[in-house]
Parts: sequence; structure tokens; C-alpha cells
Amino acid sequence: MEIVDKLLAHSRLALSKAITAVENEYDDAVKIMTEIYPHTGNAYVIGITGPPGAGKSTLTDKLAKEYRKRGKTVGIVAIDPTSPYSGGAILGDRIRMMDLMADEGIFVRSMATRGSLGGLSQKAGDAVKLMDAFGMDVVIVETVGVGQSEVDIVKTADTTMVVVIPGMGDDIQAIKAGVLEIGDLFTINKADREGTDKLNIEIEMMLELNPEHVGWRPPINRTVASKGEGIEAVVDSIEAHKAYLIDSGRLAEIRKARIKNEVTAMLNDRVNRYIDKEVVSTDAFDELVVKMQNREIEPYSVVDDIVGKVLK
Amino acid sequence: MANVKVLVAKPGLDGHDRGAKVVARALRDAGFEVIYTGIRLTPEQIAEAALQDDVQVVALSLLSGAHNTLFPACVELLKAKGLEDVLVIGGGVIPDADIPGLKAAGVAEVFTPGTPTSNIVDFINANVK
Repeated sequence: MEIVDKLLAHSRLALSKAITAVENEYDDAVKIMTEIYPHTGNAYVIGITGPPGAGKSTLTDKLAKEYRKRGKTVGIVAIDPTSPYSGGAILGDRIRMMDLMADEGIFVRSMATRGSLGGLSQKAGDAVKLMDAFGMDVVIVETVGVGQSEVDIVKTADTTMVVVIPGMGDDIQAIKAGVLEIGDLFTINKADREGTDKLNIEIEMMLELNPEHVGWRPPINRTVASKGEGIEAVVDSIEAHKAYLIDSGRLAEIRKARIKNEVTAMLNDRVNRYIDKEVVSTDAFDELVVKMQNREIEPYSVVDDIVGKVLK
Repeated sequence: MANVKVLVAKPGLDGHDRGAKVVARALRDAGFEVIYTGIRLTPEQIAEAALQDDVQVVALSLLSGAHNTLFPACVELLKAKGLEDVLVIGGGVIPDADIPGLKAAGVAEVFTPGTPTSNIVDFINANVK
């Protein structure tokens, strides 16, 4: 395909158009991804999540610059929520990244969640693959850590960083917030604020309680991203985690699990769409619903019957 | 599901972003995906951001008086990057006498102070490619 050839030949416009095709589910999206797949698997993927206002975009901007200093090219997928009321969105991550625009070694893409639960992680994953195939050494996926689908996106990363800030509540918040469990490293941003030491202790205590961290103890870094303080140490920690994953063989395991998750999600998606179209939208199904409502039949045998027909 | 993407940007050295933010909000409420890029940008930054986000519309806001230079510069750079189909619209304190020149330079429409935001929404819906 022309667009794939151009993308592989480093056309930024082709990369952008390919991401749009995936995002909007254009007819050629599957063909693009099929042709691109052999060229993926080379980029190192970093997920960044944390509460709104933690400074994720600013931190991403600074991390990208640090990676550029170290000679790496960087792709960024920045995800912001869609308004559930209007379907519109304000994608404001780029505002922190405008001085990256002059750098050919960086490509930033904003994505709206568009309310497609699950579907978003697939689209974001495809955007990562396209940047990977384009030749980016590092791809950063940045998203607000509030919902399951956002967590799913970040979980697909090789290294996941959770950004927190002091003054967000007491230690119970740190224990209950589900996103804290997924961090391979923690960054306390705005660390010039009061409460940083206390937050640091709280995260340490939470990590003590978590039995999963065998072999890798998530480091806690402190940054003031707006002033560029502490950024090098964060990149060092990411690189240390990468080295750990490679040496321990964990990277291959993580990537295998990722492929399994991706294919499972694609299968579910395909089956869901098939059922929506071929079963749920039919008149025959409506008739069954009415019969169930009148208690002439019950749903369990209906489901058995339909599944028997669909998955023969 | 193809949502219309609009880049809202302020080229040049003017920091008055109230209008741009009001428009960004109105466009979001109309169901557009708005990429808000902030103040004091060069035409190169704006065109590159438009390319990376593959937007269909670039909305420029400017109150400093440099529109005759900066708006056409943005249009030219978008074309140079292969974004010929992008709808470029402008807004701000722009004298009526300058509007024909801006349109000739490729700015599809200019919205001056007092324009209801619904006019901008309608214009985008009618003209977006």
C-alpha cells in the first residue's frame, strides 16, 4: 500500500493519515495494520498515568527532550477524555509540548477517548505500532488514570510510570487508588510542595504491602517537571527497569501477554460486532424478547441456542 | 466514527487567549475534538501540530494586528506540508478592510468580535472536507 510505503520511508504525513485511518476505523485500517505488523516490536513503550493535574504532559515533554539528548527518537500518544454530553473533547496535552514541534525526531498525536470502552486501547495500541514501524525508538503513551480503559492502555506498556503529587488526600487515598498497583516506577511531581516526604513514605509503605514486586522494587523519583528538575533520574530509572526486564526475561513475557490481550480483545470485538449485527438487530430477536417478557420462554436456553448457532 | 478535529491556536506574540478559549469550549460543546495549543506560537509550530494531529480545521486567533503576516504564513506552511484540504479560519480584532486580502491568501472565513459562536460551528460544518 502506498501509505504504508510512505510511512516506512519516514513520511510524517503518512504516519498521521495512518493513525487517522485506525482512529476513525476507515476501510483500509485493517490492511494498513496488516502490512505494518512485521515492522513493529522494536520501540520501547512507556506508559504514563496519574490523576488530572499531576503534570503528566509537562513531564512527558521533559522526558521526550531527555531521550532526544540521549539520541533516541520519541513518539507520544496523548489521550484526553471525550465529553460524555456533547461527544466533543478538548485535547490540551499538546499545549505543554509545543516546543517539541521543531524536532523531526518527535511525533505527538492527541487522541480522544470517544467513549469507546476497550476499543480505545486497541486504537491507542495501533497508534503505538504505527509510530514503532515509523522508527521511533521510544513511544510514550500518556493518559489520565481514572478509568478501567485508561488503565488497560497503560498496562500494555513495557514500563509503566505512575505520577502523583503531594496534597491529594491522606494515606488512605494511596491505598485505595487502583492505579498505584500498576506502577513500575513512581514519580512524585511538584516535589517542591509541602507533603512530598509524607507522600514518599506512604508510597513506600504501600509497596511494602504489595507482594507482587519480586525482583524489581519500584523506585520513587522526585521531579519539578515545570522547572526540569529530576528528569534525568526518571529516565535513568526507566532504563534501569528496561535492563531488569531484559536480563530477567520478563520483557518477552510481558510482550507475549500483551499480544495475547490484544488478540483476545480483537476477537471479542469481532464477536460483539457480529452478534450486534446478526443477532441483536434482527426482528427474530425482538420476537424472542417479547416472548421472554411474557414468560413464554426463558433467556438461558435462548442464549444456549444462539451461541450454538453462532459458534458452530 | 469520524469526529471533526479542530486545532485552535494563537500565532505571534499576543497573549490574549480569552477568545480562543471561548471558541474552543463552544466547539467542544458542538461535538468537535478540539486540540488547544495555547499562545505565542510560530506558524511552523502550528502547521506541524496540524500535521501530527491530522486536523480538518485550523482556527487561528490573533489580536495583535499581525494577522496579515501570520495568517497567510500558516496557510502556506500547511500547504507545504501537504495539508491542502485543511480549512483555515481566523478570528480576533481584524479590520474589515483586511478581510478580502486574508481570504485571497487562503483564509476561508474571518470572525470578528461579537460573532455568535454558533456561526463558527455552522461555518465549519458547512465547509469542512
